[in-house]
Amino acid sequence: MSATRETDGLCTGDADIARARAVAAAVPDPEIPVVTLADLGILRGVERRDGAIFVTLTPTYTGCPATLAIKLDVEAALLEAGFADAKVEIILSPAWSTDDITDEGRRKLREYGIAPPPPRATGGGELFSAPNVACPRCGSSDTTRISEFGSTPCKALWRCESCSEPFDVFKCL
Amino acid sequence: MTEAHRHIFPYVIALGDDALVLGHRLSQWSSRAPTLEEDIALSNLALDLIGQARLFYTLAGKLEGEGRSEDDLAYFRDAAAFSNTLMVELPNGDFAHTMVRQLLYAAFTHPYFEALATSRHPGLAEIAAKAVKEMAYHVRHAAEWVIRLGDGTDESRQRTVAALDTLWPYVGELFEMDAAEQELARASIAPDREQLRPIWNATIDRVLGEAGLDRPERPPTGPTGGRAGKHVHLAEMLADMQSFARAHPGAAW
Repeated sequence: MSATRETDGLCTGDADIARARAVAAAVPDPEIPVVTLADLGILRGVERRDGAIFVTLTPTYTGCPATLAIKLDVEAALLEAGFADAKVEIILSPAWSTDDITDEGRRKLREYGIAPPPPRATGGGELFSAPNVACPRCGSSDTTRISEFGSTPCKALWRCESCSEPFDVFKCL
Repeated sequence: MTEAHRHIFPYVIALGDDALVLGHRLSQWSSRAPTLEEDIALSNLALDLIGQARLFYTLAGKLEGEGRSEDDLAYFRDAAAFSNTLMVELPNGDFAHTMVRQLLYAAFTHPYFEALATSRHPGLAEIAAKAVKEMAYHVRHAAEWVIRLGDGTDESRQRTVAALDTLWPYVGELFEMDAAEQELARASIAPDREQLRPIWNATIDRVLGEAGLDRPERPPTGPTGGRAGKHVHLAEMLADMQSFARAHPGAAW
């Protein structure tokens, strides 16, 4: 089965896994296109199963409407890169956390105007707690939470009291 | 279905039904909430609950092994086949009623999912591990509103007291376990609901205390039967929720 593909030079050998990983990793998030799936930490694995490339992704929120779009985007990107038999599966475990967002992802979010999520240790499930967040525009920590819910499930709406600008915060999960 | 799956299937369906029915009720606030921020908040909470329902239904469909999808389970069962609690199917009422229900439900569901995340059934454990993170801010959101309303104007306080009075008896059903679920609890697949009562009590007492509201004196027990498919307001809700899928079976979008 794999003999044919080897002569094609497609979907064989570890170099292909690395290349498929690079392709999947570079797919942008459909709602926050400044960050990639690798930046978000939702690309869980790239391996070979039964000869074909097998990619696992994990959703951010259970009800995130972008999950299906992300799966389709990865399938399309892999197809375009020549991985015609690639399969993409959504897995739940271990559950994604905003701590999985890479430093690179945090930097890109901040530059885009979205405050990166506070570490879980400081902004988790405690009743009556609100984390301290720095304004992504002016850097001031004199900020106020307007609403814990924003334009997508992963964002909260804040306002900077120094520069008076409203901004999104990638909320801690 | 294997013998083990036969017991787990109705339990997983009930978890999905609570989430779906409350999620749909919350979605009915979309475009009707008192402020834009709150409209977005309630829609976000609805999305979480519907997302949780989808995961439970997908798991239930796999356990059943008869090819039923999440959509089949959500849209093509009648009210009598739903086993959600009566509290979640109650019409939304006013904003205070909606927020008090959110508090009573989330203060239970958050520790429940925390316990379920240690279930011996890996499919249930992984859903709970995901959902518990969401329920943490559901509790926080509801608590902040109940405090604001209870400690607000005479009008908001009066409405919150009335909502608490109406909803309090429905809490009992959240703690009910039938024989099959007790069996699952003994097998460390389902949490023992009663064991979560001290946590629920502590959250409720803390929030009511901050809100300056008295905890109702009577025990939180009352109407029941939802788990057995005996519903009051559900059929009417489903008639609306399921109409599109039933008018266009197999439709994809």
